[in-house]
Amino acid sequence: MSFVPMTIAAERPDAASGPEVRPQESPNRRRLINIGLGLLLPVAIALLWEAVVAIGWSDGRLVPPPSVIFQTLWELAETGELWRHTVATVARVAAGFALGVVAGTVIGAITGYSILAHRLLDPTLQALRAIPSIAWVPLFILWLGIFEESKVALIAVGVFFPVYLGVMGAILSVDRKIVEVGRVFRLSGPALVWRILLPAVTPAYVVSLRSGLGLGWMFVVAAEFMGASEGLGYLLTDGQQLGKPAQIVAAILTFAVLGKATDSMLAYASAPFLRWQDSYGDRS
Amino acid sequence: MLVLDQVGKTYASGVHALDRFSLKVAPGEIVAIVGGSGCGKSTLLRLVSGLDPATQGAVYLDDARITAPHEKIGIVFQEPRLLPWLRVADNVGFGLADRPKPERARRVADALKRVGLSDKAGVWPRELSGGQAQRVAIARALVCRPEVLLLDEPFSALDAFTRADLQDHLLSLWADFKPTLVIVTHDVDESVVLADRIVVMRPHPGRLFEEIAADLPRPRDRNSAAFDHVKRRVLAALDRSLNRQTVTDDGETRASEGAAMWW
Repeated sequence: MSFVPMTIAAERPDAASGPEVRPQESPNRRRLINIGLGLLLPVAIALLWEAVVAIGWSDGRLVPPPSVIFQTLWELAETGELWRHTVATVARVAAGFALGVVAGTVIGAITGYSILAHRLLDPTLQALRAIPSIAWVPLFILWLGIFEESKVALIAVGVFFPVYLGVMGAILSVDRKIVEVGRVFRLSGPALVWRILLPAVTPAYVVSLRSGLGLGWMFVVAAEFMGASEGLGYLLTDGQQLGKPAQIVAAILTFAVLGKATDSMLAYASAPFLRWQDSYGDRS
Repeated sequence: MLVLDQVGKTYASGVHALDRFSLKVAPGEIVAIVGGSGCGKSTLLRLVSGLDPATQGAVYLDDARITAPHEKIGIVFQEPRLLPWLRVADNVGFGLADRPKPERARRVADALKRVGLSDKAGVWPRELSGGQAQRVAIARALVCRPEVLLLDEPFSALDAFTRADLQDHLLSLWADFKPTLVIVTHDVDESVVLADRIVVMRPHPGRLFEEIAADLPRPRDRNSAAFDHVKRRVLAALDRSLNRQTVTDDGETRASEGAAMWW
């Protein structure tokens, strides 16, 4: 017997009409409560540490209290240094992400679509994937020099693999029955890719883009460790060499904000393409 | 004219699914194919649709040999197979992508109206019931005006009421421009409601076992004696095709002969 989704539409509760939700609670209010719940732990730890240093139980030299960190952030922002380093880092991530995504998407689509390309390329790429990407650093510096090119290349390598794997795996797992619909309507190769395969893999593609972006942020730090005169990674090494833990934490905080903000932007930008999904995660 | 000439299929795994199946279907005729499981009904439909190549014989439509999906042949599968990322109207218009936009919009609106789902044009497939989704699938196939429409157990996943409803619906759609219908079903009632001719197959390997004409006036009364008579003949043929001995009370004398052939 086949399962027939007869009443899915009827069973999907509206955002605010689930039986377990008290009627006077508006969605906005619930959202605020959720955000508040998420902030509770970090804010409590910050306040606690601030109090511990203020009382004098710790001198806060190695782990500076939040007030010192924010003061450092403020000073860096005031002198324009924070902006300069952030721009340098964001530019590297953007360039590396763009290159990695384009290469990962194209090669992933080809190896997913063509069995020959899969047999030809995938074993080599999987072997390359097994190499810890940081191991490329010396080679990239030899090949591309110490400046931007080698950094962008390293980030691109980091972004490439999750995107490649995501696209290829998603295409390989597209439902044969859906592909057959395309065949019945006599879609040619490119039309089949464009009208059936790509839309079908969009959800998995977005996930792979987001993990690629996460790795991009990880690799920019490694790239900036290998000798940079600006960038948030430079702030980290500088803080370490000059014994300025507050600067290190300030840079880490900036990374956290940037990583979360870019990920949210990506999720927000892709949401319109995923509205058709009927998934477990959609329940409110 | 749809012609199946000694069509057979042996899969790469060695399974011999269909053996020398020959059939001629006149334009506008409705043929139902019934048989137990494993008798190659779905295989047959896939060969006619051009989705799978035959390993034996050939399929012709108006003298053109069918080796790949053909614009004059539409197919409705057992599941609706709607594309979940397209709204209902875009699903129906999927095969009309090469037509100008106004024509496409007009034909889609028309098709949705014919299946009674004009109000669902803008919703996602996930918001449809099983019966509605299958109606959209039928609209998607018919909007391309195929000369031959193949249906592979299209209503088998639906409840009895919805099924009877959709059978009537299919007949009224068929009356619009009278395409040839080849419908695979395991529901004997369905075959007698719909078909001009009922082809009974037998399994291992799938073969044509018997053809039964259903010369009943339309619309057909499911409770009439004539309907019952045809239905009993089909049931008796099915029993014989599976080597079961049956006693029929309508003068069927070939039961034991037929059975003896396979024993």
